[in-house]
Amino acid sequence: MGWIDQILIVPIVLPLVTGAILLLFDERRHVLKAMINVISTLALTLVALVLLNLADAPPADANAATTGVYLLGNWAAPFGIVLVLDRLSALMLMLTSVLASAALVFSLARWHRSGPHFHTLFQLLLMGLNGAFLTGDLFNLFVFFEVLLAASYGLVLYGSGALRVKTGLHYIVINLAGASLFLIGVSLIYGVTGTLNMADLAVRIPEVAENDRMLLQAGAAILGVAFLIKAGMWPLGFWLPNAYMAAAAPVAAIFAILSKVGIYVILRLSLLLFGADAGASSGFGGSWLLFGGMATIVFGAIGVLASQAMGRLAGFYLLVSSGTLLAAIGTESITVTSGALYYMVSSTLAISAFFLLIELIERAQNPATNVLAVTMEAYGDDMDEEDIQEEVGVTIPATLAVLGSCFAGCALLLAGLPPLSGFIGKFAILSALLNPEGPGQGGSVAGTAWALVTVIILSGLSALIAMTRTGIRAFWAPIDETVPRVRLIEIAPVAMLLFLCFVLTVQGGPAMRYLDATAQSLHAPAHYIRDVLSAPRVPGPGSGAPQ
Amino acid sequence: MELTLALAIGVLIGSGVWLLLRPRTFQVIIGLSLISYGVNLFIFSMGRLRVGAAPVLGSGGTVNPADYADPIPQALVLTAIVIGFATTALFLVVLLVSRGLTGSDHVDGREPN
Repeated sequence: MGWIDQILIVPIVLPLVTGAILLLFDERRHVLKAMINVISTLALTLVALVLLNLADAPPADANAATTGVYLLGNWAAPFGIVLVLDRLSALMLMLTSVLASAALVFSLARWHRSGPHFHTLFQLLLMGLNGAFLTGDLFNLFVFFEVLLAASYGLVLYGSGALRVKTGLHYIVINLAGASLFLIGVSLIYGVTGTLNMADLAVRIPEVAENDRMLLQAGAAILGVAFLIKAGMWPLGFWLPNAYMAAAAPVAAIFAILSKVGIYVILRLSLLLFGADAGASSGFGGSWLLFGGMATIVFGAIGVLASQAMGRLAGFYLLVSSGTLLAAIGTESITVTSGALYYMVSSTLAISAFFLLIELIERAQNPATNVLAVTMEAYGDDMDEEDIQEEVGVTIPATLAVLGSCFAGCALLLAGLPPLSGFIGKFAILSALLNPEGPGQGGSVAGTAWALVTVIILSGLSALIAMTRTGIRAFWAPIDETVPRVRLIEIAPVAMLLFLCFVLTVQGGPAMRYLDATAQSLHAPAHYIRDVLSAPRVPGPGSGAPQ
Repeated sequence: MELTLALAIGVLIGSGVWLLLRPRTFQVIIGLSLISYGVNLFIFSMGRLRVGAAPVLGSGGTVNPADYADPIPQALVLTAIVIGFATTALFLVVLLVSRGLTGSDHVDGREPN
């Protein structure tokens, strides 16, 4: 086993070790702690890049393994815990480390000093995220979920304050209740099938007896509810906008991937366990995802329109993006899935950038502005008109110009307008929905597909209206002396995330090719199952192989 | 035995859910604890109920797996207990912080008018 085989465990071990080492240093040595954290996060990004290439490498021949499998403790697949690397998990790892780098650099300006153990919690969160994306075992998934949740409890409270403690309290209670549902679901599935390995489950589910199928589906549904709470599907997502709005900016930016963990697991499990080969259980839960997703989009879009504060707007937009993804998964079509994956990458980067940007913009406004905005909505803007006329001709300071262009970039991405990647993602989904047989092949479009198309376009419109309104209030309002002081280290991560979206637009072809391949292998999991279950054990030194 | 266990789980989860929906943070934490006890028993019962069957194989000789209880749910319960205990302790800290900051033990941090 060469070093390249061991690299699969690095995204889990590296943050764990770094997090532990960081505990050894006193809080006063925050420069050293920040350095260690930055080095570890950058190393993680490099590892994710290597894994991305590894997952995308064409197999040597038709029978060669296309999925990277790591047997923990060298136990053969259905008995021990396995880590599995395929295109989807490599993509999620990459996304995680990119968001982590941006959030970390942003936090170095001041946030990382406003409370203890920021860097340790941050690394443990990364460990939980990476573990959840890599594991191929249901119960191990629960453990990594708890690791990332425990770290996120610390981070959501980070910076303290009555509002954070209040929303943090709600967040913790909801996730603890969700963990109970997770356990009930996992144990029901284990009770019926006798295995926890995802690939082995996919083999056994078609063989489940008629009498037991009800129990299996109940277990899967309860498990699904636990993930849907995380993903924020209506009516399980009321907690999400509050928690994300109250969290500190770098924390909210990394939390943008947290709701995608739920989406990831649902995408993986629904296609692996209840895909086309699942016999009588095939397609279980698909219409729930479709209609639940559409309800989430509608709820999120209304919330976006109703939001006065920008943090709230971003939180509700996160619901819209979750809803779009869930509904797209619910359509169970390969082309829609690949479009949805593109949309997921683009919207996660954009929301993350937006969360960071919000803090910089709101620095310019005094805390009463949001309250003022509400009253202005209610009583009309007449009072301000004279003031505005006097301000004609005032040049916009350079800082505000930079912030404004970043804001415009976010608005384009979130609303899904050309020319940036938000448009390509939505276009890929819509085009796949309207051409079920492939481009130019015609084919009848189902009524639900029309409904989804309408809802997605309307949600884009509502995002555009809300972003325009917020932008006008933030940037075209009379400028007093309070031009925000923004450091380069704070605006650079935002610009980096937006630049990545730009790269994603320009390199749309290669990106879509990768995501098409991802969607193909997700919808035909036979290779995945074969690779996991036939992964060879490493011969031990001498005859000491485990029995 | 099945009926007793099922009733016990039902009572634990039922009281837990009721307490979870109450407005005081202390009631919520007790509710969460009760739910996690119920869930732990439930996981245990998913390994089928057996009396007098050991979950650990003896050494030497050939063994008949049918004579043994399923060890996996017991291992899962152990993990679930540890994790549940840790997260409940963490919640307890947040509960105290909230009480200290707001001076109220209501889940919303202020008394309803």
